[in-house]
Amino acid sequence: MLRFIVRRLLQLIPILLGLSVLLFAWLRALPGGPAQAALGERATPEAIARYNELFGLDEPLIVQYLRFLGRAIRLDFGTSARTGRAVTTEFLERMPGTIELTLFAMIFAIGVGIPLGYLAARRHGSWLDSTSVIGSLLGVAIPVFFLAYLLRLGFAVELGWLPGSGRQDVRMDATRITNFYVLDGLLTREWDAAWDAVLHLILPAIALGTIPLAIIVRITRASVLDVVNEDYVRTANAKGLATSTVRRRHIIKNALLPVSTTIGLQTGLLLSGAVLTESVFAFGGVGSALYDALFARDFAILQGFILMLAIVYVLVNLLVDISYGLLDPRVRVR
Amino acid sequence: MTSVLGAPVLEVDDLSVTFQRKGEKPTRAVDGVSFSVAPGETVGLVGESGCGKSVTSLAIMGLLPSRGVKVGGSVRLEGQELIGAGSRKLRSLRGAHMAMVFQDPLSSLNPTVQIGTQVTEVLLEHRDMSKAEAAAEAVALLDRVGIPDPRRRLKEYPHQLSGGMRQRALIAMALACSPRLLIADEPTTALDVTIQAQILELLKELVVDTGTALVMITHDLGVVAGLCDRVHVMYSGKIIETADRHELFAQPRQPYTGGLLASVPRLDAGRGTPITPIRGSARDAIPWAEGCAFAPRCDNAQDDCLTEVSGSVVPLEPDGPGRELRCRHPLQYPTAPSGATALGAAR
Repeated sequence: MLRFIVRRLLQLIPILLGLSVLLFAWLRALPGGPAQAALGERATPEAIARYNELFGLDEPLIVQYLRFLGRAIRLDFGTSARTGRAVTTEFLERMPGTIELTLFAMIFAIGVGIPLGYLAARRHGSWLDSTSVIGSLLGVAIPVFFLAYLLRLGFAVELGWLPGSGRQDVRMDATRITNFYVLDGLLTREWDAAWDAVLHLILPAIALGTIPLAIIVRITRASVLDVVNEDYVRTANAKGLATSTVRRRHIIKNALLPVSTTIGLQTGLLLSGAVLTESVFAFGGVGSALYDALFARDFAILQGFILMLAIVYVLVNLLVDISYGLLDPRVRVR
Repeated sequence: MTSVLGAPVLEVDDLSVTFQRKGEKPTRAVDGVSFSVAPGETVGLVGESGCGKSVTSLAIMGLLPSRGVKVGGSVRLEGQELIGAGSRKLRSLRGAHMAMVFQDPLSSLNPTVQIGTQVTEVLLEHRDMSKAEAAAEAVALLDRVGIPDPRRRLKEYPHQLSGGMRQRALIAMALACSPRLLIADEPTTALDVTIQAQILELLKELVVDTGTALVMITHDLGVVAGLCDRVHVMYSGKIIETADRHELFAQPRQPYTGGLLASVPRLDAGRGTPITPIRGSARDAIPWAEGCAFAPRCDNAQDDCLTEVSGSVVPLEPDGPGRELRCRHPLQYPTAPSGATALGAAR
């Protein structure tokens, strides 16, 4: 088990190296540079040259890359050209928001998806089944930003039931400890601040959770349909077990194996930045930071964030693999 | 034979199972099947794939899906009618009064649940036991079916056990509540030959020890010879011949039974002797609307066996003491059936 974890962590090194090269090259290939973005369209060539000199952007690419790499090893990704703050600090401030959002989105997707998928399978061929199949198809097909706009327009702008932007009401003046706003509110017993943060999470979480929800419904449904026809479910019924025991221990436990993989993968995807959803709701997580940084050609932020998100993604997948072994004794890792 | 052993545990009377799928013609998988099993008796239901023997067993257990299946007739377990009984009542009987062992032990065990839990769950469901008592009883059960080191095995998962071990574990689960009726549906088909013999021996011992009535569903005449007291041969959903094991092996009357026996390869036949198959396949069978379903494959068939001529289904009629036969032109023997044969002496 330990060897498995170490091996997977060592695999991170070539992944990150390769990614950093690609990232570095890609950013430099973008039209317009940081100077252009910072100084505006009408900046004189002299001003741009001065800016590039100041930030070391006039040096050969390989020198820039090696210098970047040297600092990155110490988790120093430089400072944001836009805000002047350290990239790592920015990341630590914004990642908790994205984690909270992911958590809420997945709670929504799992909480609705698994029961719905189960019911659809058990009432195979009923209207509930067809509705959930069509609904999940729609859920995957609707572009996330479009759904996000609709939700914001409907529930925040028109009806005014829920807040439509930010992570918390700016007038809250809540105490910050971990930058997880909900958690901070609970820790400091500022219940209204925690509740306000929760309200801010609802619409983006629904928008973001729709695709995972649709996928979870479909996979749960297909998986339950498979499992109910398994011989061991017949055995369980032949033993005269209570319906609830058959359902819990023999159907759901096995049906959730493929679902758990999906949940893990989706969580990894959401964590690595919900750029579109976050920008629609001006959420202030990693996703909206990436969005802003891209327009500002803020290389330091883009490089640092994307590399750290890659680390997060690999770690989440490692967790998924480990937890899969806990769920299914047949694939327990050595 | 039945009367000697006391009141029957299981009485099946005119059982029929019809599968009805939307937009399709209903298929009658089991048709007018009647038999009974006494305590301590082993009854074999024999036939080739698709003859309805497994469906019969599932119908007895009430394990057929409720949608698209119509079950008719009567099944009485110790006098209680099971057909039409509520699902609650059936659940309380299954596992406790009647139990079943299935064909493929690997797929019949839940892969993600420890063997121990799969054994104790039956005990906890049907018997008033604490978890500790159930665990102790599970150890005793595994020990009784011949699983070595039962305490360790309880903590293991099905994939960690060998095939024979898994089947023993399934038998332990079936026997957990000392059921009066045990149905074994091809329990040895998925196992190695040496393991097959061990499992059969185990079943035989258990029947003798506990007085459980055993219904053995099989296509394997070796299993029948080794285990069954009475045999019902099924073809295309109907019983076509019933006899004492010895008589059946000595003098099969239905040409189908005769074909089954002749198609078994024999060690004493000498090398190069061709095996005698029954020609055709069960797919060629005509439904039992009229005449005899086996007629198209039968060497003895005559005009009055065929649908168009006979006008009615060939009935199952008494054929000597303790025998029943559904055939107009049975196999003939020069002397009267006696029952004392080489196979019978092996008992």
